[in-house]
Amino acid sequence: MKPLPVKKNFFSLGVIVLAVLAVNGLAFLSIRFYSGLGAVTNLDNQTPWGLWIGVDVAAGVALAAGGFTSAALAHVFHRESYHAIVRPALLTAMLGYTFVAFAVCIDIGRFYYIWHPLIMWNGNSALFEVGICVMIYMTVLYIEFLPIVTERFIGKVNFPGALAAFNKPVDALLKLLDRGLSKTMFVFIIAGVVLSTLHQSSLGTLMVIAGQKMHPLWQTPVLPLLFLLSAIAVGFPMIIFESLIASKSFRLKPEMKILSNLGSMTVPLLGIYLAFKLGDMFIRETFIYAAKFDYTAWMFLSEIGLLLLAFLMLLSRKTSGSPAMLFTAASLIIAGVLLNRFNNFITAYKPFYDTVTYYPSIGEISVTIGCIALLVLIYRFIVIYFPVISHEKK
Amino acid sequence: MIYIEHMNNIDRRNFLKTAAIGAASLTLGSATVKAADKPLSDDRIGILVDTTACVGCRHCEWACRTAHGLPAGELESYSDNSVFKEYRRPGNEALTVVNEFENEKNPLLPVFVKSQCMHCEKPACVSACIVGALTKNEDGSVTWNDDKCIGCRYCMVACQFQIPTYEWQKSIDPHIMKCDLCSERRSNGKLPACIEICPNEALLFGKRSDVLKAAKNKIKRKPDTYINHIYGEHEVGGTTWMYIAGKKFDKLKMPPLGTATAPGISEAIQHGIFAYFVPPVTLFALLGTMMWVTKWKKTNGSDEPKGKLPDVNDEKEK
Repeated sequence: MKPLPVKKNFFSLGVIVLAVLAVNGLAFLSIRFYSGLGAVTNLDNQTPWGLWIGVDVAAGVALAAGGFTSAALAHVFHRESYHAIVRPALLTAMLGYTFVAFAVCIDIGRFYYIWHPLIMWNGNSALFEVGICVMIYMTVLYIEFLPIVTERFIGKVNFPGALAAFNKPVDALLKLLDRGLSKTMFVFIIAGVVLSTLHQSSLGTLMVIAGQKMHPLWQTPVLPLLFLLSAIAVGFPMIIFESLIASKSFRLKPEMKILSNLGSMTVPLLGIYLAFKLGDMFIRETFIYAAKFDYTAWMFLSEIGLLLLAFLMLLSRKTSGSPAMLFTAASLIIAGVLLNRFNNFITAYKPFYDTVTYYPSIGEISVTIGCIALLVLIYRFIVIYFPVISHEKK
Repeated sequence: MIYIEHMNNIDRRNFLKTAAIGAASLTLGSATVKAADKPLSDDRIGILVDTTACVGCRHCEWACRTAHGLPAGELESYSDNSVFKEYRRPGNEALTVVNEFENEKNPLLPVFVKSQCMHCEKPACVSACIVGALTKNEDGSVTWNDDKCIGCRYCMVACQFQIPTYEWQKSIDPHIMKCDLCSERRSNGKLPACIEICPNEALLFGKRSDVLKAAKNKIKRKPDTYINHIYGEHEVGGTTWMYIAGKKFDKLKMPPLGTATAPGISEAIQHGIFAYFVPPVTLFALLGTMMWVTKWKKTNGSDEPKGKLPDVNDEKEK
């Protein structure tokens, strides 16, 4: 088994649905660029950050964590048997971060100044750290993806007509690039892991400065650690989730052996996160807020409940053997981490002067869904044309 | 004290910048470091709001709008008291607003409280800003730089007083709007507009140390009029604008804040993670060693060529 382009038509019923959702999102997005953020979003001077930062950016970064956890597993710890999952996870991370950058670009008011942090630095700012790390990491992800592109084209360069004269030189260049990349790739792989641990945690530091404006159930000085641990915990479930969806959609045999191993490895990772999360709650005695059972408390309890349920499911041997059960457990973890990011950036943000309660607008939701749809479409396109998913040749 | 602390910060920040540039371009030493913020002057500005002296004429609102080129309308229209029915916050079209509160001691004389940027001694917005578009100036004022801001609104998330506002209706060139202590007027030798127009000596402008002394004297002389609390003396590490009042400040919708500076914990975490770039570099070295060791173990048990660097294309060769 080796990574091969999936032999499948790009178009299907699902693709059309996704395309409609994407176009709908882009339509709302055009209003944002024409009439400003106020025209599309429910954001105001009391709630400056909403769905786009909480879900598209924060949850997006967390859910792209499969890229660095799988790279660490397969390359740093050299578990060769997991190589089959590295490329799909890398592709998800690459596309995930591309969309995170896109979401940042649409959310910041002066999108044309997005390059400013490159030359205007503020070392005190957690956001600066996140911004720079994400920019470098995205570059690293693209470099890590390059061998897949060279592999696709080496020996197959075939320009039409008069350009055919370039076939040989381009092929030679690709080979040179491939050789250079395979000699230096270990630097990028380690850099990718280091950069990920840095910005996954700094994403948690972001809300620390909000101080009392953030609900005590979430506001804690260990936020960066909680963000890092939850990102590590959601990495493998995200790979399981995608891999099972891809094998269903492309009618391939699911890699159950690898996936159930990933499921078992998730147990300690998730356990560590839950221990810290609950430990933090008990040390700061914030359970009194959770025991109020109001909307905020329920949001907190559901985020923990989803993860606890998945944790208990994964403890059972039955779960890791059955694709349906494994898929359910992985989905629960993804939902739990997604809800955690939503809570940290939206539910927990309770400023002193809160004149209007924030709810995401139809426009914000449309753009978020449109972005996800577009991401899935590009993913499908790439796995059909590039050697990403490992499977038997038909 | 402030000066010493400040120097430490500068050293750390400079090092961070140098190291980051070095890592990025491998040209150590060619680092261009942004001019470090100047330490706060001992003569920095302080302003006292005596809420017992304010009559709620809202002339300051008009003067502020006029001074900042915002639609101000006629001064006469500001005597309309109906605006007090609803609590208002400073916004992108009014950098200062006055609100009315009940006066239990004398219901006929309500309490009026002016709100605007507090110009913190250790401002969260300045610490948070991704590009350093907000500056704490030597004179105490906190100002916004149009040429740097990317419109991310993290300053709004960070500010404990919820002061910076944003021009939501603009798609091109939206500004972060907040009181700048009339930096343009002051550079021409004038007082801030609100202070110049205030008819009732509700606003006292001067050196922070003098203003603080005056506030303490007022409280000492009239202990029946004032509660013994100068809001802004210690809140979030102190602010330029300070308030005295006849009733507790949480009854005047001033957020109850501790004395710890707003960016304190955040900066400590941030500099902890990046302490002289040691943790990231150590992690890199650790992972590199791990990679090499696991590879070595693998190759010493199989027929793969030895001494080859590990790479992602491993699976291709098999």
